[in-house]
Amino acid sequence: MKPFVFIITLFFYYQAKATVLYVGSDRLYKNISAALALAATGDTVLVGAGHYKEKTLTVTKSITLKGINYPVLDGEKKYQVISIKADGVVVDGFKIIHSGISSLEDLSGIKIYDRKNVVIKNNILEDTFFGIYIQNGTNCLIQDNRLTASSREEQQSGNGIHCWKSDSMQIIGNTITGHRDGIYFEFVTHSVIWRNTSVKNIRYGLHFMFSHNDAYIANHFKNNGAGVSVMYSHGVKMYSNIFEENWGDGAYGLLLKEITDSYIDGNTFIKNTSGIYMEGASRIHMQKNLFKNNGWGMKIQASCMDIEVTKNNFIGNTFDVSTNGSLVLNTFDNNYWDKYEGYDLNKDQVGDVPYRPVSMYSMIVEKNPPAMLLFRSFITSLLDKTEKVLPSITPEGLKDNKPMMKRFF
Amino acid sequence: MKKIIKYVMSDILQNRIVLVYTFFLLVTSLSVFSLEDNNSKGLLSLLNIILLIVPLVSIIFSTIYVYNSAEFIELLVSQPLKRKVIWLSLFAGLAGSLSIAFFIGVGIPVLLFQPNAIGFMMTGIGILLSIIFVAIAMLAAVKTRDKAKGIGVAILLWLYFSILFDGLVLFLLFQFADYPLEKAMIGISALNPIDLSRILILLHMDVSAMMGYTGAIFKDFFGTGTGMAISFGVLLVWSILPVWMSTRRFNRKDL
Repeated sequence: MKPFVFIITLFFYYQAKATVLYVGSDRLYKNISAALALAATGDTVLVGAGHYKEKTLTVTKSITLKGINYPVLDGEKKYQVISIKADGVVVDGFKIIHSGISSLEDLSGIKIYDRKNVVIKNNILEDTFFGIYIQNGTNCLIQDNRLTASSREEQQSGNGIHCWKSDSMQIIGNTITGHRDGIYFEFVTHSVIWRNTSVKNIRYGLHFMFSHNDAYIANHFKNNGAGVSVMYSHGVKMYSNIFEENWGDGAYGLLLKEITDSYIDGNTFIKNTSGIYMEGASRIHMQKNLFKNNGWGMKIQASCMDIEVTKNNFIGNTFDVSTNGSLVLNTFDNNYWDKYEGYDLNKDQVGDVPYRPVSMYSMIVEKNPPAMLLFRSFITSLLDKTEKVLPSITPEGLKDNKPMMKRFF
Repeated sequence: MKKIIKYVMSDILQNRIVLVYTFFLLVTSLSVFSLEDNNSKGLLSLLNIILLIVPLVSIIFSTIYVYNSAEFIELLVSQPLKRKVIWLSLFAGLAGSLSIAFFIGVGIPVLLFQPNAIGFMMTGIGILLSIIFVAIAMLAAVKTRDKAKGIGVAILLWLYFSILFDGLVLFLLFQFADYPLEKAMIGISALNPIDLSRILILLHMDVSAMMGYTGAIFKDFFGTGTGMAISFGVLLVWSILPVWMSTRRFNRKDL
């Protein structure tokens, strides 16, 4: 009984201690800085609707900063808006606009400096340089924020959610538009990126560097300048994401460079110039992905090895797979290819002749891009047909030995 | 002139081959649209028909027609008519009737199933191709007196425009692979009406593959209003120039 009474007492003690400080034009505190200065650890600062221009708000105590009806915090295009320098801070329900622009200081809407357990949720960020910037954070939750920037040039724009040298981050349900990179990860480990929407960013929807053992699941990346890029990492899990409409040369649904021991499962690649581009990748399992209406389904360079491509659907792509050399150390078995023309005599749903996803014309275009001029001309289909009968240029080993007769899902 | 055109057209439209050609086009386009699950895929299959069959039929039929109406032409020449008028009416009759055949065979189904910019463009380009190859056929026919040789030349010309030219382009591309050829390729494509038509249609349809670096350059040119205008201008030149040359030749020809 005794410990229980103790806990209850403790509970009431803290209850009594945690006060709520109201900020608003008709309240005791007219501005947020004053309330922040007087707040103690564990307090809540409730901010009423209004337009606050308070230069940089620096939070140095572990408090909850909560906005009612989205009070506007204005950086006047000169200042960083909120700096968080305490553990366990909660920032909830603000509209943060017009941060300053400085590549030297990386001015942001909200910046977390070397802290743990910070929660940033339900905020609207408009016209900020960097949106939410976390440097050296641990176990922070960034949830349901809406970030919009309107810069045209890469130099004039920062990243939406920028995590640097962090661990155990959760980035959930955010919407990011118009930034340089939608979500940027560098040296971030054991983190999850879940259900975010990253649309129309200037460079990448998601940019991933030296970040090991992370997962990104059920995100939607659409119409970003160069798609999504995952580089120099191992143990990355990519599940059920949608990569859509990333157009242009150098734009890829998903760019993988020097990735090892990773999983790409259940993703959808639709209408990209290239669905996946792989370079120097190894030991990657690709399963149950859908490649539909892309220019190139997969561009897999000869520098990749031990890539297992199984049970994927390739539908309506101009070229299913292309490569740049004759060395093939990867396996492509049990996929469905809509261009497969083989037969299945024993009716086990597996085609009896192997399928070669690399067409002769795609090799020609790879070596000599202007040959795109002859796309869909009679001569190229003639060349493809001859090559199918007698492979000479296309890599001998790149084939699906067990192509499926029906699509998977 | 009107009378001759009317006569030529009614003669051709009653011709069994043109009827079969129209019917064939109509059946293929209708079946293509009803077989494919989405209409843009149907358009793609139709594209091959337009780029191969239409020029072939236009060029061979016109050549044969011109040779077969040699006596009719001689009769007309003996009348108080200008040679230019006779030749141009013959051209107008041929081009008009083959265009009508194409419009009924492909144009109407396309506009029924795909009544958008691509559909209109495809119909327009198909008609232009018919006219261009009638013009080329007439040039070939007026240049060679022998019927067998003339038809051979027509077939060779078709072969050149639909296959050999592309082979040459591929050869050139590999010979000059070290040079930036993207912009030059735009110019080269103007040398072949079939290539030009194909690129024009594809750039409005199958954008995904064409959007690589080269595709972007093509898109920059062919996708803009000026680029479109220039390409259609080039196609018009392709139809006018052979007609003009053949008219000049016919004026002086000893029949």
